[in-house]
Amino acid sequence: MTDQPLDAVFRTKEVSKIYDVGEIQVHALREVSVSLYEGELAVLLGPSGSGKSTFLNILGGLDHPTTGRVWFRQTELTTASDRALTRYRRDHVGFVFQFYNLVPSLTARENVQLVTDVARDPMRPEEALTLVGLDARMDHFPAQLSGGEQQRVAIARAVAKRPDVLLCDEPTGALDSKTGTTVLETLRHINDTFGTSTAVITHNAAIQQMAHRVIHFQDGRIDRIDQNETQIAPAEISW
Amino acid sequence: MMQAIDKKLLRDFGRLWAQGLAIALVLAAGITVIIMSIGMSRALNESREAYYAQNRFAHIFAGARRAPDSLARDIRAIPGVLEVETQVRGHATLDIPGRTKPASGHLISYDPARPPALNIPILRSGRWPERPGEVVVNEPFAEANDFRLGTVFSVNLNGRKREVRITGTALSPEFIYTIGPGALVPQNESYGILWLPHEVLDAAFNMDGAFSHVSLALLPGTQTDDVTDALDQLLKPYGGTSSFDRSLQQSNAFLDAEITQLEVLAYILPPVFLGISIFLVNLVVGRIVLLERAEIGLMKAIGYSSWDICLHYLMLAGLIALVGIAIGVVAGSWLAHATATLYARYFDFPFLVFGVPSSIYAASALLALAATSLGASRSAIHAARLAPAIAMSPPAPPNFRRSIFDRAIDAIGFSQPARMILRSLTRWPLRAATTLFGVALAVAILVASSFFPDAIDDIIDKAFYQSNRQDVLLLFDPDVPLSGIADVRRLPGVLQVEPQQYHAAILRHGHLEKRLAVSTVSPKNDLARVVDDAGSVVAPDATGLLISERLATALDVRVGDTITTTFETGLRETFEIPVSGVVIQYFGLGAYLDHEHLNRLFRQDPRMSTVNVTLADPIYPEAFEEAVKELPGVMGTIDMTQNRMSFSDTISQNILIVTTIYAILGSIITVGVCYNAARIQLSQRARELASLRILGFSKFDVAKVLVGEVMILVILAQPLGWWFGAEIARWMTEGFSSDLYAIPLVLKPSTYATASLIVLAAAVISTLIVARRLGQLDLIAVMKTRE
Ligand SMILES: Nc1ncnc2c1ncn2[C@@H]1O[C@H](COP(=O)(O)OP(=O)(O)OP(=O)(O)O)[C@@H](O)[C@H]1O
Ligand SMILES: [Mg+2]
Repeated sequence: MTDQPLDAVFRTKEVSKIYDVGEIQVHALREVSVSLYEGELAVLLGPSGSGKSTFLNILGGLDHPTTGRVWFRQTELTTASDRALTRYRRDHVGFVFQFYNLVPSLTARENVQLVTDVARDPMRPEEALTLVGLDARMDHFPAQLSGGEQQRVAIARAVAKRPDVLLCDEPTGALDSKTGTTVLETLRHINDTFGTSTAVITHNAAIQQMAHRVIHFQDGRIDRIDQNETQIAPAEISW
Repeated sequence: MMQAIDKKLLRDFGRLWAQGLAIALVLAAGITVIIMSIGMSRALNESREAYYAQNRFAHIFAGARRAPDSLARDIRAIPGVLEVETQVRGHATLDIPGRTKPASGHLISYDPARPPALNIPILRSGRWPERPGEVVVNEPFAEANDFRLGTVFSVNLNGRKREVRITGTALSPEFIYTIGPGALVPQNESYGILWLPHEVLDAAFNMDGAFSHVSLALLPGTQTDDVTDALDQLLKPYGGTSSFDRSLQQSNAFLDAEITQLEVLAYILPPVFLGISIFLVNLVVGRIVLLERAEIGLMKAIGYSSWDICLHYLMLAGLIALVGIAIGVVAGSWLAHATATLYARYFDFPFLVFGVPSSIYAASALLALAATSLGASRSAIHAARLAPAIAMSPPAPPNFRRSIFDRAIDAIGFSQPARMILRSLTRWPLRAATTLFGVALAVAILVASSFFPDAIDDIIDKAFYQSNRQDVLLLFDPDVPLSGIADVRRLPGVLQVEPQQYHAAILRHGHLEKRLAVSTVSPKNDLARVVDDAGSVVAPDATGLLISERLATALDVRVGDTITTTFETGLRETFEIPVSGVVIQYFGLGAYLDHEHLNRLFRQDPRMSTVNVTLADPIYPEAFEEAVKELPGVMGTIDMTQNRMSFSDTISQNILIVTTIYAILGSIITVGVCYNAARIQLSQRARELASLRILGFSKFDVAKVLVGEVMILVILAQPLGWWFGAEIARWMTEGFSSDLYAIPLVLKPSTYATASLIVLAAAVISTLIVARRLGQLDLIAVMKTRE
């Protein structure tokens, strides 16, 4: 960790998440303690059901852990009120979701505007869409966009507020390698340009090569953490 | 620039417009009724108040046989009296050129040197009478008869015919609603108010230096009872009839009754419409929130607060309210105007403040917003409470556990589509219950409104064809000896004659009292009889009073109780008379005594105040009319045939309007409820219905599932609706009942059947519109969606 900034943007301590499904209990996370650093691009890797999304949702203030504590910089998220969590999400977090989650009744521009309307110091929606190469499709509705284009709108929406952290849940899951690459390049570009701390979940082990660190999940626990001394550009990743 | 979330709102609303409109119409119906009923009752009330204030409508009224003018000073000295107006008043039959049917007039003295200080008439055209031979008539009478200034007609003043020339027309706050003696609705053509120079009436009625009518204005806060008591004391020696306040002044009492009716409407109907709107909004917004879980989660994830989300869905409902308000305000104003026009025909105001007060518009808009907000609140709060992470994962599929119902369904062995219908009913009980309840209310509104025509038929039948079967009524004033009947019998064209007496009286029981006319009946009567609600003839026993049920209620008496009866005629004696019977009647507060018994009580030779006559030719023969005018003591004749006709005409017109409006309102509810129920059902079960199509069921089979479910609910709702309707009708008849009249509760099988047919038709049409969408169902898209 020599040339990594040592300030932790996220810190978790023995975070567990247990879902009660009828009689059985699902341990989605088991006492996870880890830190993510400022400006870092971390990849979360692991088999399906290993708890990656659950972990990311907790970092993003979308969900509460059953036990354990989570800090964003100096602020403890686990004791924050709902109102404070809403402010936190609005002011600091950019999300990119596994299923894009665009509002079908709003155009690309308006989907981005949904965020810029409430953010403190946002880009213009057009600017964000240009960043992801969608300047030509701004007034199209989600139904008129391809999957990759929708995902890029989702990314534009996430970055438009100039977030401190960018949390992406399988941003390339539904995409072919070419569009996947474009999306990853966008993320990398934003990480490089704005120094936004970024966490990306993926099933694709090849993607790990573009990260500073790779966090392996297994069965609700962190299995191991790999450090990449050098990062490959997304275009060079072999899918 | 518009916020993105607001654009979403508008687009969502645009997508929902048909459902939104269906709800908005129901809401609009409620607002329409509020604006019409409260608006019009306020308008009537305010017009009346303004008119009364400007024209100094008196507070107390009394009549006397002949009171000296000097008594006015003593009356003015009664504590609390502000102003006194004395006049000579009388009745007369009129002889109008070109008119054979009888007409009569209420005569009021007018002194140009001392214009009235109370009940000030407004001159509408021409000038006041200045010398004998001149007359001012009330404007509606002039209009109905096509009189111009200068028209001449004659007045039979106490047996002497005098020609008078019209110099002007006027309106008076005392005669906003003008009905002649014996009439049930205003008949302006045959009854007029006439202002004649005072010396003419003084001479005709021998009233020089005397008056026969007095009106008082009181200082604010004066106890009217104290004043009426003092006034009665003063007038007693001069043949005073007991004084009364505004509540018993005829024109004012009719206005009171009308205003009460409007208020009853305002209390009964709008809550029904608003209630249904609440249910519908609840259903529709609930459905939307369920469908938009992912979007809600997203909005929360990117930093919209719970309140933002809650507001978003409240505003969606608010948009529905806005549409409803817009439609309701337009329809309400229109209906208020239509009603006002109708009122202008019955009520003679110099001005009618037609405008519905803006506070009513504001209040109804607020009510509409409150109703939709309330309807949306459950779902909006649920949306606001959704945790973002949960919201974005697909909702748990509806719990399809096997219930007792399912086992029952299996046991009976229904077809698949029938099973689907029954399952859906048990799975979404709230939607089923809402639909059922809403449709039941629609049926109820129709039952409660369409019972009116039957009720009126019943009234007309009882009042005109069973109780009062005379063609003509001759009024004598004062009473004349019964021997005069022979003269009437000799009139040309007369078949039957039957004498009757009417005596003004005050009936007291404990602290309760009512003023009315006690009429006499004899067991021999064939023309004027007392008929109960079942249609059988009843008569007072030899010594007791037979009274109408509403009078019994008003005085709190039962058969066997004694009523203290003070007559204002004859020797003005007071008797304790037992109640021998109670009869249900719809007009007035009736009290009947046996003819012979009254004569004994009065210790007088038999007399008569009216004679009921049947004619060989019910179309009024001129010869008869001419002969009547020569008969001494006849104050007026009442053409009952004409009376019957104008009552039925007036009422049937009004009824047609009212029932049409209610039929529309009932259909609106049905469409609003059924259309939304079917749309939501289609949305909830699109997958299921699409699977049926994929499995090879025809469009028709699938439509049967959709339509079938709604129709089962609609049919189940009928009995409930009949029951609600009967209850609402009962409330309305109770609310409408006044001393002047009551409306019987007549509910026939045809009333229920008509209501059900209208609702069934509206339900079939609205579900078929939704079923057409099945044709556009994109099978593949439906199967691929997450839900
Ligand atoms: N709302 C929930 N209720 C019950 N169990 C849940 C819920 N959400 C997640 N789980 C369970 O928690 C575990 C972890 O889920 P999570 O979504 O974090 O996995 P993941 O690593 O993101 O998987 P994938 O790669 O498939 O997205 C899984 O076993 C999942 O079934
Ligand atoms: Mg996941």
